[in-house]
Amino acid sequence: MVNLKLSEDKINQIKEICKSFNNEKGELINVLHKTQTMYGYLPAEVQEVIARELNVSTAHVYGVVTFYSFFTMIPKGEFPISICMGTACYVRGAEKVLDEFKRELKIAVGETSKDGKFSLSCLRCVGACGLAPVVLVGEKVYGRVSPDGVKDIIAEYKQ
Amino acid sequence: MAKFKMHLLVCGGTGCHASLSQTIGDNLKEILVEKGLDHEVQVIMTGCFGFCEKGPIVKVMPDNTFYTEVKPADAREIIEEHIIKGRKVNRLLYQDPENKEHVSDSKHMGFYKKQIRIALRNCGFIDPENIDEYIARDGYEALGKVLTEMDAQQTIDIIKKSGLRGRGGGGFPTGLKWEITSKSQADQKYVVCNADEGDPGAFMDRSILEGDPHSVIEAMAICGYSIGGTKGLVYIRAEYPLAITRLKIAIAQAREYGLLGTDILGSGFDFDIELRYGAGAFVCGEETALIHSMEGMRGEPTFKPPFPSVSGYLGKPTNVNNVETFASIPVIINKGADWFSSIGSEKSKGTKVFALAGKINNVGLIEVPMGITLREIIYEIGGGIKDGKKFKAVQTGGPSGGCLTEHHLDTPIDYDNLIAAGSMMGSGGMIVMDEDDCMVSVAKFYLDFTVEESCGKCTPCRIGNKRLYEILETITQGKGTMEDLQKLKNLSYVIKDASLCGLGQTSPNPVLSTLDNFWDEYVEHVTVKKCRSSQCKALMQYIIEAEQCVGCTACARNCPVNAISGERKLAHYINQDICIKCGACMEKCKFNAISIK
Ligand SMILES: Cc1cc2nc3c(=O)[nH]c(=O)nc-3n(C[C@H](O)[C@H](O)[C@H](O)COP(=O)(O)O)c2cc1C
Ligand code: SF4
Ligand code: SF4
Repeated sequence: MVNLKLSEDKINQIKEICKSFNNEKGELINVLHKTQTMYGYLPAEVQEVIARELNVSTAHVYGVVTFYSFFTMIPKGEFPISICMGTACYVRGAEKVLDEFKRELKIAVGETSKDGKFSLSCLRCVGACGLAPVVLVGEKVYGRVSPDGVKDIIAEYKQ
Repeated sequence: MAKFKMHLLVCGGTGCHASLSQTIGDNLKEILVEKGLDHEVQVIMTGCFGFCEKGPIVKVMPDNTFYTEVKPADAREIIEEHIIKGRKVNRLLYQDPENKEHVSDSKHMGFYKKQIRIALRNCGFIDPENIDEYIARDGYEALGKVLTEMDAQQTIDIIKKSGLRGRGGGGFPTGLKWEITSKSQADQKYVVCNADEGDPGAFMDRSILEGDPHSVIEAMAICGYSIGGTKGLVYIRAEYPLAITRLKIAIAQAREYGLLGTDILGSGFDFDIELRYGAGAFVCGEETALIHSMEGMRGEPTFKPPFPSVSGYLGKPTNVNNVETFASIPVIINKGADWFSSIGSEKSKGTKVFALAGKINNVGLIEVPMGITLREIIYEIGGGIKDGKKFKAVQTGGPSGGCLTEHHLDTPIDYDNLIAAGSMMGSGGMIVMDEDDCMVSVAKFYLDFTVEESCGKCTPCRIGNKRLYEILETITQGKGTMEDLQKLKNLSYVIKDASLCGLGQTSPNPVLSTLDNFWDEYVEHVTVKKCRSSQCKALMQYIIEAEQCVGCTACARNCPVNAISGERKLAHYINQDICIKCGACMEKCKFNAISIK
């Protein structure tokens, strides 16, 4: 893992978050949610700070972070791309769309492109099955995406 | 809603939202202001109407006109023609696929005719961010009745008598669960709403929370009163931002109106609700795992008993129910147990919401009486199979369920019949598949999901499912043997028997049910190395028919790996060793010279 040093500022912000939940260890998941929203991801250093504040072991925090797929230890791209892999999207060809994204971006699921622009992940059912297959870029939803349309979606964010 | 003469209901559900329904709403409002009509006509963003296939939907009240596939630019015509001149915009009306007539009232559409809306009663009718609209449709009347006229046991008795069973998948009788929790002695008890909705093909809980959050809040308070608990928790997926926002607004409004908080309606009963967020782990839908997750730990299931009703959140008695279960409660109190139990089948009362999706014409959210047949759902409500293809199977119960086939089309759908047919109700995902779907691949798809979601505590589930997946992978690559098919069966039974929680106990169901119903297809993959739906890449070849090929070179130019060779104006040829089976050539060929073998 890359060695990064957290700024004093960031450490204080994380401490603030812990404090807003009374440094209660039962609130760990809420703390992680808030921290990830602020920081973008949850690298080891961040987990260490949280562990200290909530008075639990870093291993416990790590165990929780890695258990839940929502938490990530790798920074997401500037434009996170998520392909819905719910059953409805799957039967309407989501896998082919995913393959095309992998090929175009030259990254695998869970990775971020070298320039930091795009990251690729899979989602389970966003609830827009009428538009299957569905792709999300950030919060924007693209419906009825075909492998052919993948290039155009990426191009929108390329400049 | 009295002061407005007309209402324009715009669907703000996830699907329509993605198709710019918010802009439609904004445009309508703007044009109403422009025409000076904004005091007579009100635009309301509602929850999901259900008919997602034809979204975005705009409904005009009071004349019940149902516009489909509306675009932001259509706003002006709706107002100028319909609202001002009283002429319906025909081109936006639903067209009956059989007689091609325009249908303006949703009541007369095949999609809605057989539906009965109980849990979804308010979705698409009210503004979920306005408590007054919920109250105008008898909202919080049930809570008032319970708090002022009934004691806890009387309330439980109504729910018991109604025959309501848990909609989260297991089908446990709700009244009985409440009774057990109410009899557990403790200084604090908790009411938990399970809004984790992990089935990757279901979105009903989300739609209820987005479209009618107060019905769940009201029911949780009623449950608190019945079991003797003052604290409610909603465990909701963090991936549902819209539902979370609406729920927060609703909770704040209920507090403001004194419907949550202390001494509710002067009855001396206190109750309040907090949110807890899930973080993307399917197993957290299982109630013991959910409770551990709420306590800030890894969401690993633990052995039952003790059941949460006896020892749950923080070791206290905890009543866990699903969103849809809760949403049905207020109506049952208002209309009575007999009314509810008059709907449905003998052992499964009331209605069930299904997320109908896949290869079907009318994708959407439907609520139907228990006991309806698959045929009615697929052909009458769903409008049949997409593109006139042949029906092959329908998958219910998500990763825990199985596939039903043609033979089951006339089986009445309820908890017990689905289990007898080798599937289960689950949370209500219903995915329709046609002749182009390979059942081995479908089983593999679900196993891929399970392998990723197993919490890893039990060896049979953690390793066994991975082995099942690998065997299926071998079969789809054309390397499987008949022995593998037997192994699949044996291993499945071991996993079912030796796993701790419902995830492991049901995870082999997609394999077993496809083996049962589509044995021939498995055998074909294994013996003649053929995939009849042309889904398994390793088992197919793209071939150029020399007689049809005119040598236009379109295919060769589009092949990403240069697998195609041939002179201009002469027949081309695909090198199978290089071909990655992407299908690009076939799409580009204008002479139908390329086929899959
Ligand atoms: C692996 C697994 C996943 C589950 N996921 C959910 C879910 O997403 N939502 C839900 O309400 N119940 C889910 N359940 C069922 C719950 O454990 C529990 O039975 C249910 O929430 C009880 O509510 P009900 O009686 O109202 O159905 C799941 C069970 C298992 C074994
Ligand atoms: S059956 Fe699977 S998911 Fe359930 S507790 Fe065991 S390992 Fe975990
Ligand atoms: S299927 Fe794809 S890889 Fe194979 S020959 Fe056609 S274009 Fe090339």
